[in-house]
Amino acid sequence: MKITRRNFLKVCGGTAAACGLSNLGIPNVVQALEKALAGNPPVIWLQGSGCTGCSVSLLNSVEPDIAAILLRIISLKFHSTVMAAQGELAMDKMYKVAEDYAGKFYLVVEGSIPTRERGRFCMVGERQGREITMLDATIEIGKKAAATLAFGTCASFGGIPAAKPNPTGAKPVTAIFKENGIKTPVVNVPGCPPHPDWMVGTIAYALTKGLPPVDEYKRPLLFFGSTIHDNCPYLKYYQEGKFAGSYGEEGCRLKLGCKGMETYADCWQRQWNNKVNWCVRNAICIGCVQPNFWDEMAPLYEQTTG
Amino acid sequence: MGKKIVIDPVTRIEGHLKIEVEVKDGKVIDAHSTGALFRGFEIILKDRDPRDASQITQRICGVCPTSHASASVRTLDSAFKVKPPKNGRVLRNIILGSDYAWDHVLHFYHLAALDYVKGPGTEPFVPRYDGDYRLDEKTNQVAVNQYLEALKIKALGHELTAMWGGKGPIVQGMVVGGATAIPNREEIAGYKERAGKVVDFIANTYLPTVYLIGGAYKDLFNVGAGCKNFLSYGVFPLDDRENAFLLKRGVYTNGKDYPLDVKKIKEFVSHSWYDDRTTGKNPAQGETVPLPGKKGAYSYIKAARYKGIPHEVGPLARMWITNPVLSKQANRFLGIDETRDVRMRDLGEKAFSIMGRHVARAEECYLVAKALGQWLDELTPGESGVIMKPVPKSGQGFGLSEAPRGSVGHWIKIDNSKIAKYQVIAPTTWNASPRDDKGQRGPIEEALIGTPVPDPENPFNVVRVIRSFDP
Repeated sequence: MKITRRNFLKVCGGTAAACGLSNLGIPNVVQALEKALAGNPPVIWLQGSGCTGCSVSLLNSVEPDIAAILLRIISLKFHSTVMAAQGELAMDKMYKVAEDYAGKFYLVVEGSIPTRERGRFCMVGERQGREITMLDATIEIGKKAAATLAFGTCASFGGIPAAKPNPTGAKPVTAIFKENGIKTPVVNVPGCPPHPDWMVGTIAYALTKGLPPVDEYKRPLLFFGSTIHDNCPYLKYYQEGKFAGSYGEEGCRLKLGCKGMETYADCWQRQWNNKVNWCVRNAICIGCVQPNFWDEMAPLYEQTTG
Repeated sequence: MGKKIVIDPVTRIEGHLKIEVEVKDGKVIDAHSTGALFRGFEIILKDRDPRDASQITQRICGVCPTSHASASVRTLDSAFKVKPPKNGRVLRNIILGSDYAWDHVLHFYHLAALDYVKGPGTEPFVPRYDGDYRLDEKTNQVAVNQYLEALKIKALGHELTAMWGGKGPIVQGMVVGGATAIPNREEIAGYKERAGKVVDFIANTYLPTVYLIGGAYKDLFNVGAGCKNFLSYGVFPLDDRENAFLLKRGVYTNGKDYPLDVKKIKEFVSHSWYDDRTTGKNPAQGETVPLPGKKGAYSYIKAARYKGIPHEVGPLARMWITNPVLSKQANRFLGIDETRDVRMRDLGEKAFSIMGRHVARAEECYLVAKALGQWLDELTPGESGVIMKPVPKSGQGFGLSEAPRGSVGHWIKIDNSKIAKYQVIAPTTWNASPRDDKGQRGPIEEALIGTPVPDPENPFNVVRVIRSFDP
């Protein structure tokens, strides 16, 4: 499905602009979202085996900007990188929110969940003298959440920690939930990191309309509905058989290793960092939104398909 | 025996860190730092295409991926025996320098400031420690407004990273042999316009606010000294031979300056959850064999040492070693006539402190941000910045760079055109390291000793010391 302005509006309804497409020209995004919501919904944001890159990417959200998201749209009850609290004060808060808002709060997971050594490759904190692993927290908080948003390729598919030989037994949220009989619905928003619009758009959609329609990998079709290649501004070169042999040469980037053919994402249109640039313009797509891309698409800088 | 205080997790940092301190008579008498995450990058890198390393290692840290990219491409340059052309070197400086501009701002406002400034009375700004907030209401409100404004500067700064990096965080624009973009005049103009706003914020908001907070918390220039040994690999090469750097390469040990000898870097694991047989190795021979739960160990971080001695890395280390002239804000703060040059070392012992680290970081941010403009002028529009070379059958090398938070080094060995060995020493391997085989504390552990803790329920100064390192 090609995402045009028209069907984007259709899918997103009245909150289209809240999905971060600032170029849609709909004013008063924040006000529209605020109006649609009764009170700021609570969010717990857990970080496991990751790099904080998803959070750093979220901070780059343009419309709405991150200040509006934090102060006026959601109520971020727990997020290790931004919260004022630390230690037991922070851990108490997380467990209390999960209790008080059981079935009502949203859980965001960033990073994968190591399972070897009873999860002791990633410890997220301590409470009443008990060491809490990412595995413990994902299960204990996850089962109480209204829905879980797996942000980034690690939480969605395992990501780099799960790449061969997966030394820590790292797994994605869906696998942990399945193994532990947790029925909380999961939406995967992969990307290494994900575009801020993908995260903010998914949050906005979930808050106003319920969980978005997804593909076989639980990715919102809205953002991951078609390949980079099929929409690529350099597709004409591919069709003409003109391939770049070096960076900066005119031509399709396939022979430099570009994975756009197998990669379902809208970077070609959305672009990054307030539309300053995107990976393929000066280099290649490495396929970072695809399951197991670190193994299946390696070597990154060699042609592997097409 | 004193009172034990456990802070787990230490928030507003990158990664998973636990700190345990023992407090007696209102002061910290012992400290233990625990890195609580192991992913196994070095194991995952084995047998892969060497070029993939500059992508994979960026995922070590999503706050400083560009720095790992920088160390990794320099590592590959040395193993592939290639030197980037001028545009490649300059573009690499600009891409990494852009990260310095927003990352130091992010650290001060969004990671550190909430230990000094009372945020709004809503999550994620509550709950928080009670007590030692010293700004008057009006000044505090100004600082809160700056926190919000700095979020915009952070996003704008990332636009600078992305201009030739492709995107941020995690860049595509740095590869072995140089940088992929061919800059044009339009991009250069676009960069200049954005950089102007970022530099303006650094010069007129960030820098003065750091000195203002420093004035309100003057005692914190005497807290958190640490080991007083510093190491810098040098960063931002100023010529194509890559021997001279904007922020200099060097070591400062027990009060004396020395040139850096990479062979003197070793990692020790007696107190880390790794096999003891791998201790005491230079990373060129290093191994990563995790042993969670190993007796006597308490961290996934190895203890990186230079000549067997703990060294602090980061802005204070770089600024102390480089000793550049500081901004006029420094003159005003120190009450020194503005016609005189004030250098980093003029701060004396005050530099070795919580506030000394914040001042060094802000001054460095200003210094690098100003240099970005000069590097723009060195770019040749329309010219390629990369030399493409095939993967060698075998080879080895290392690459050194500096992340905003400190020294980052990568080491590689290539066999059969695949990675046979890859080792990384990240900044936090230096600063947040546990004890080494001789029992010497790591720099953060050492900096915590003597820290005043008047109220053990609200150990403000403990977290201030930790965050001053930007772990």
